[in-house]
Amino acid sequence: MRVSKNTALRSFLAKAWKFAAIAAVLLIIPRFLGIYTIYVYSWLLVYLIAAYGLNLILGYAGQISLAQAAFMGIGAYVVAILVTRGISFWIALPIGAVVSFGIGLILGFPALKVKHHYLAMVTIGFNFIMYKLFENQEAITGGYYGIFDITRPSIGALRFESDLAYARVIAMIALVMVIIMYWILNTRWGRAFKMIRENEVRAQIVGVDIRAYKLIVFAIGSAYAGVAGGLLAPLLGYIEPTLFELTISFDFLLMVLIGGRGRFEGPLIGVVVVILLPEFLRITNQANLLIFSVIAVVVLLVAPEGGASLWDWVFKRLTGENPPSLTK
Amino acid sequence: MIFQLVIGGTATGAIYALMAMGFSLLWQTSQTINFAQGEFVAAAAFIMLIFYDSLNLPYVLSLVLTIVVAVGILGIIFRKVVIERLIKTGLLSVICATIAVSIMVRNSLIFYTAESMAFPSIVSKEAIPLLTIRLSPLDVLNIALAALVIMALQLFIRKTKPGKALQAVAQNRDVAEVLGIDVGRMTTLAFAINAVIVTFAAILVAPVYAAKYNMGLALGLRAFYAAIIGGFNQTRGALIGGLLIGYIEVFTIAYVTSQYSEVVILLIVIGVILFKPEGIWGTKEVWSREL
Repeated sequence: MRVSKNTALRSFLAKAWKFAAIAAVLLIIPRFLGIYTIYVYSWLLVYLIAAYGLNLILGYAGQISLAQAAFMGIGAYVVAILVTRGISFWIALPIGAVVSFGIGLILGFPALKVKHHYLAMVTIGFNFIMYKLFENQEAITGGYYGIFDITRPSIGALRFESDLAYARVIAMIALVMVIIMYWILNTRWGRAFKMIRENEVRAQIVGVDIRAYKLIVFAIGSAYAGVAGGLLAPLLGYIEPTLFELTISFDFLLMVLIGGRGRFEGPLIGVVVVILLPEFLRITNQANLLIFSVIAVVVLLVAPEGGASLWDWVFKRLTGENPPSLTK
Repeated sequence: MIFQLVIGGTATGAIYALMAMGFSLLWQTSQTINFAQGEFVAAAAFIMLIFYDSLNLPYVLSLVLTIVVAVGILGIIFRKVVIERLIKTGLLSVICATIAVSIMVRNSLIFYTAESMAFPSIVSKEAIPLLTIRLSPLDVLNIALAALVIMALQLFIRKTKPGKALQAVAQNRDVAEVLGIDVGRMTTLAFAINAVIVTFAAILVAPVYAAKYNMGLALGLRAFYAAIIGGFNQTRGALIGGLLIGYIEVFTIAYVTSQYSEVVILLIVIGVILFKPEGIWGTKEVWSREL
C-alpha cells in the first residue's frame, strides 16, 4: 500500500513539474508577441479548448457534433449578459460552462437514443437555431449588433485589462482545461470511453451503459465549448451572432480531423494548422476552408491519425520513445 | 389559401423527397450516410449553369451534359475515391469524409460566384391567377417532374434486372454476393443513380430559390430530416417524409412563425427520434454487420 501511494505521489509530482514547465512557457510566450500576435495567440488558445471538447466527443465517443460554435455562443452570451450586468467573470464563466453542459444533455438525449448518426444532423439544426436566437432575441442578445463593453476580469486589485494580462489568463485556463481532459481520459470514465471507441459491443457486455456515457461525453465536450466562448467574449470585448455560425462548427471538425481524431495531441496540432496557416497564406476564408477540407479528406484517406502521426514520428526521432498519448 | 399552401408544400416537399430517396438509396446499398447530399444538389445546379449560362448551350443539352458530369464526379469518382476506401474503416470515417466533402464543394462553388444566380426553367416563373388562388407554374412542374422521376426510379428498381440486383444488395449484401451479384458494381450504380436524382432536384429547386454556393446546407438538412421522419430504410418513407417536411415548413411559415420554422421542424424530428426512431414508415433494421 505504502509503496503504491509513494509511486502515485511521485508520478503526480513528476507530472506537476511538467505542467508547471508548460505553464511557465505559456506565460512567457506572449511577452515576446506584438499587439496582433498576442491576439492570435489568445484566439488560438480559446479555439483549442473548444477543439479539445470536440475531440472528446468525436474521438472517444465516436459521435459527431456540429454545434461547437453554438455552444461557444451559449457560453459567450451567458458571460456577456452576466458581466455587463455587473456579475463577476469568475462566477459567469462557470455558469456559462454549466448552461452549455445542461443544454448538451437535453440535446444529446434524443439524438443518442438511436444508433444512426443522428447527432450530427441534430447538432447542425441546433446551430442554425441558436444563430437565429442570437440574432432575433434582441432584448437579451442585442440582436444583429450583439453585446458591447464586455469588461475583462480582475481578482481584487489585480486587473487583467491589458491584452498581455488577459492572454495569460486564457493560457492558464486553457492549460487547466487540457489537464482536466487528460485526467478525465485516465480515470475509470476515460477507460470506458476508450473501450466504447474500440468495441462498442464488448463494452456493452461488460456492463458499460453506452448511451449514458455518450451523453455525458457530449455534454462535457459542449461545456468545453462553453468555456471557450466565455473566454472569447472578454477577449473581443463584444460578441455578435456571426462569431457562432455553423461554418465555425465546421472549422472545429476540420481541426480535429486534421490533427488526428481521438489522439490527445490532435486538437493542438489541428488548431495550430487551422489558425496559423491562414495567417501566413493571407487568403480568403472560403479558400481556407477549401484547403482544410481537402487536407481533411486526404488525411482520412491516407493517415487517419492525421497530424498526430507526424508528431509521433518526430517525437520518436527526438526521444526514441513513443509519445505520451500512445504509451497509455 | 390552404389549397395554395398545399400545392406549395407538395412542390417543396417533392424536392426534399427526391433528395431523401437518393439518400436512403445510398444508405441501403452501401451504408453510406451522405452529408454532402445538399451540396451535391448545389454542385449540379452550378454545373448546369456553366453549360447553360457560360457556354450558352440549349437547355436540354445542358441538362444531359450536367447529368453526365454529375454521374462521373458525384457518382462514380465520389464512390471510388472517397467512399469505397473509407467504408472499410467504419461509418464514422465515411460521415467525417462526406462532411469534409460538403465543405469542399460549398467553398469551391464560391469561386464561380458568390452571388445568387437566376436559374433557368422551362416554364414561366410568373404565378398565374386561377379562380381565387395564384398558381405557380414552377410548383406544378416541380410536382410533375418529381413524380415522374420517382416513378421512373421505382419502375427501374422493380422491373429491370439491374434494379432487382440493386434491391438484393440493399436487402443483404452478403447474400447478394453469394448469388453472384457484383456488389461493387451495384453500389457504384446506386451512386450514379443518386447523382441523377440530385441533378433533377437541382433543376427543380434552383429556379425557385436561385442558385447560390451555400444553398446545399439547408437543403441537405431538410432531406436528412425527411429521411429520419419517413424512415431511413424505406424508399416510400423518404417520399412521405419529404412531403411532410414540405407541408410542415410551408404551414409553419404561413401560420406560426417565419423566423423559427427551423425550430418547429427540428422539434418534430426530435419527437420522431424519441418515439418512433425507425421513422414513421420505416421498419426496424436487422444489423448484419457492426457499423
